Amino acid sequence: MKWRVDWTAADSTPDWNQVLRAQGLPAGEALPPRLVALVDDAFDLYLRLARPRALVGLVDPRAFADIYAGDGLNSHETPLESIAPKAERLALFVATVGERVSAEVSELFARHEPARGYMLDAVASEAADGLAHAAGRAFLERLRDEGAVTDQARVLPYSPGYCGWHVSGQRRLFAALGPEEIGVTLNASCLMLPLKSVSGVLVVGPGVAHRFHPTYAFCEHCGTRQCRDRMASVR
Amino acid sequence: MDTLKQIAEHLERGEDERVHELVSRAIAAGLPPGDILNHGLLAGMTVIGEQFRLREIFLPDVLLAARAMYAGLDLLKPLLARDGVPSAGKVVIGSVQGDLHDIGKNLVGIMLKGAGFEVVDLGHDVPAERFVDAAVESNAPVIGMSALLTTTMPVMKEVVDLVKRRGLEGRVRTIVGGAPVSESFAREIGADAYGFDAANAVERVKGLTGTAQV
Repeated sequence: MKWRVDWTAADSTPDWNQVLRAQGLPAGEALPPRLVALVDDAFDLYLRLARPRALVGLVDPRAFADIYAGDGLNSHETPLESIAPKAERLALFVATVGERVSAEVSELFARHEPARGYMLDAVASEAADGLAHAAGRAFLERLRDEGAVTDQARVLPYSPGYCGWHVSGQRRLFAALGPEEIGVTLNASCLMLPLKSVSGVLVVGPGVAHRFHPTYAFCEHCGTRQCRDRMASVR
Repeated sequence: MDTLKQIAEHLERGEDERVHELVSRAIAAGLPPGDILNHGLLAGMTVIGEQFRLREIFLPDVLLAARAMYAGLDLLKPLLARDGVPSAGKVVIGSVQGDLHDIGKNLVGIMLKGAGFEVVDLGHDVPAERFVDAAVESNAPVIGMSALLTTTMPVMKEVVDLVKRRGLEGRVRTIVGGAPVSESFAREIGADAYGFDAANAVERVKGLTGTAQV
């Protein structure tokens, strides 16, 4: 079973400070006025151009294990291998902010407006990441309405390209979910189009199910270390 | 104040309309286009580059200055071509085949121009042969490649191997970059350099072309 989720651009707008933090910019009064204006402009453009939507589809654990195995390129050991079996429910998802935002970023660079293009890209990236979590919240709410999960259930998205799940894992994910129906495709190099799109699995389970020690081989090269914040968010 | 100094200072402030006006005035006054470029626009971008390196300003500040640089360059380009004013060197850049991400590549291009290089930007989804063909056609000594997907990184090795097969090793150098790329990957595929960010990439290109300041 699968369903579509649509959001307004306003619903999907990322947090201002989160965008600044992701770019290494200071928050609050420390940001110079001309950079404040640049960020304001990017948010305005995003609100005007974004058409955020997602496709979510239930998947049973055995089918997900097969999807997760992908082309056999995952890291030797990964957190999701032990997390997914503890889930109360699993769902594949693909979400996108839409093609118009990426098109405008390219157009701004072509028009020699690189600062505006760069900042719009930054806002759109945070928005896209936020859609994965928004899809998770929508999924969890649906399950709670159906009485299908416990009160302790929490949801987190996990995406190919992170934590040992090879980016080529998207091939089986796309084959199973069919996100072309919301206008998201996958090219031969496993690049999603439109660019500001995210894919993965939504894992619903007790908070403790999402815990792992970030001591895997690939953790040494991780540039984000977001796993700690993610685990803290579902405690 | 000296017009060229004003151009540099207004560029550093990202005032593109003012830079456009001042460059126009400088041209009308008969100042050599090469001087307007080097002592006006590029002098300002050099200050910006140093401030960015020292973390005194942020990347958006650099890009605002770049917009001001473009405002002046648009006026100067035909005059520089007419006078045969040399650049610091030519660099072919692109995102490799299969990859449509180009923000990082665009940032490198902007910073290379700010450092006085002539950039041949092939865009994104560029096959290996096209990188090498472009370097030969434009007589560029450096090919810069960007990849944001691990699945597209093998194209970088194809380019390095093609440079060797065509007997261009030593004449055409390669530099690679992008989020999944690393110094060890660059060494593994035989690339001449790795840039961990746009500013570092420019410094590495200066090293490859012998234009780095000692």
